[in-house]
Amino acid sequence: MAYSDKVIDHYTNPRNVGTLDKASNQVGTGLVGAPECGDVMRLQIQVDDNNVITDAKFKTFGCGSAIASSSLATEWLKGKSIDEAMTIDNMDIVEELALPPVKIHCSVLAEDAIKAAINDYRVKNGLAPIETEKSHH
Amino acid sequence: MNIPVYLDNNATTPMDPRVLEAMIPYFTQKFGNAASRNHHFGWVAEEAVDYAREQVAKLIGANEKEIIFTSGATESDNLAIKGIFEMYKEKGNHIITAVTEHKAVLDTCKHLEKLGAKVTYLPVKEDGLVDLEQLEAAMTPETILVSIMYGNNEIGVIQPVKEIAAIAHKHGALFMTDATQAVGKIPVDVNADGIDLLALSAHKMYGPKGVGALYVRRKGPRVKVTAQMDGGGHERGMRSGTLNVPGIVGLGKACELARLEMDSEAARLSQLRDKLQASLTELEESYVNGNVEHRLPHVANISFKYVEGEGLMMAMKDLAVSSGSACTSASLEPSYVLKSLGLSDDLAHSSIRFGLGRFTTEEEVDYAIEVTKKAVNHLRELSPLWEMFKEGIDLNSIEWAEH
Repeated sequence: MAYSDKVIDHYTNPRNVGTLDKASNQVGTGLVGAPECGDVMRLQIQVDDNNVITDAKFKTFGCGSAIASSSLATEWLKGKSIDEAMTIDNMDIVEELALPPVKIHCSVLAEDAIKAAINDYRVKNGLAPIETEKSHH
Repeated sequence: MNIPVYLDNNATTPMDPRVLEAMIPYFTQKFGNAASRNHHFGWVAEEAVDYAREQVAKLIGANEKEIIFTSGATESDNLAIKGIFEMYKEKGNHIITAVTEHKAVLDTCKHLEKLGAKVTYLPVKEDGLVDLEQLEAAMTPETILVSIMYGNNEIGVIQPVKEIAAIAHKHGALFMTDATQAVGKIPVDVNADGIDLLALSAHKMYGPKGVGALYVRRKGPRVKVTAQMDGGGHERGMRSGTLNVPGIVGLGKACELARLEMDSEAARLSQLRDKLQASLTELEESYVNGNVEHRLPHVANISFKYVEGEGLMMAMKDLAVSSGSACTSASLEPSYVLKSLGLSDDLAHSSIRFGLGRFTTEEEVDYAIEVTKKAVNHLRELSPLWEMFKEGIDLNSIEWAEH
């Protein structure tokens, strides 16, 4: 299957690969997927006192589209408030990266990772986790 | 060195120019129908087919009258298994095969189950080999056929066909083998091995696509299969259809070259394969899949733990290999062959098959080693699982959300 140029770009030069201190209260961590399924994403956000995401990092075990989806997600997260970040939809990722239908699950996983990271941050800081409106699985 | 480098010779092989040269006249000047018995054009074509039949027979130690030309190994598998099931209905309806067989065998068996066949799918041991005691235990008086492949297409392991054939015969069953990956690569002898039916294909041994053969034993015992293609009664009534003369000529030439060059070629390839394997298993947490002693000389299937196969192949875009990860398929199920060795899904997702061939050079193998090492290290930098492994976290202790 041919990958889009954007997928190849993110795959070859992934943005924001790395690890934030998951013990910090300013950091939210989302770990989604399963090794058995061939996809695991870990997405982390660093949030300041105004609930704005100042940094985002990822590591992903998966195919090129999974890596590109998470790389793109970290780019989009930086500078957004956590409420804005909650509105990122997997279909935005599909569109941006021109993912084919068989790779939509990669974008779903990225959206799940974003929400999991935000909720981890919220729970750490005494806020109630936000129920996600749609269930993908 | 030509980029990209082709190391997927278990999928298909490039045609040997000598094969092409032998075929060319049969498209234009010598275009006759081998069944035209009443003029020169037909005789020339028939003579070419007869010669090719001898070339094929010689490679597997058979008599030329025992070779039925087909469109490839898939058709040969279908003809053998369906043909035996129909022909030996009176005797029984039980077929034994193994879970690591090619889909051409497995799906044919599944089809026959709908028509009343009982099929035993033997599991394999961790190294990919069939357990002979389990085979013996599975034999019943109704068993008409044991169908076990010679060499596996994904991991290259060579089954103990001689012993399997002996067990089948002891219980009055026939032994058939899909030898697509083995014929032309290692010595295969239908008499020494006790094979009653054997499927082979030209394009896995530097011949053209779309042509293959089925060996059907004529003596001790005389084996018969019912035709699955009705028509003009070609190939002793077992396979109707105008013979693909150029393809058959190519298959014959490919068999002859493979026979003449097998010894030196197998030694050269296994040395290159061993070099590749030794270098790549220097990487931490990399494992060779399948038995390494009983294995085709040109194949190595290696899992690189904590990286995903399809992602890995993308990083090796100038290297044509194959992965046990089936991330592109809707099912997301990794290779059933690797899973049947007891590999966990994540290790199966992390596997790459390297298939060397006649035109593979040492320079290409060195390139493959370099590219693969670089790709594995790059993806491990990106892998959360690798980081956890390095931190000493047991991945099995994590509750993963299956999706």
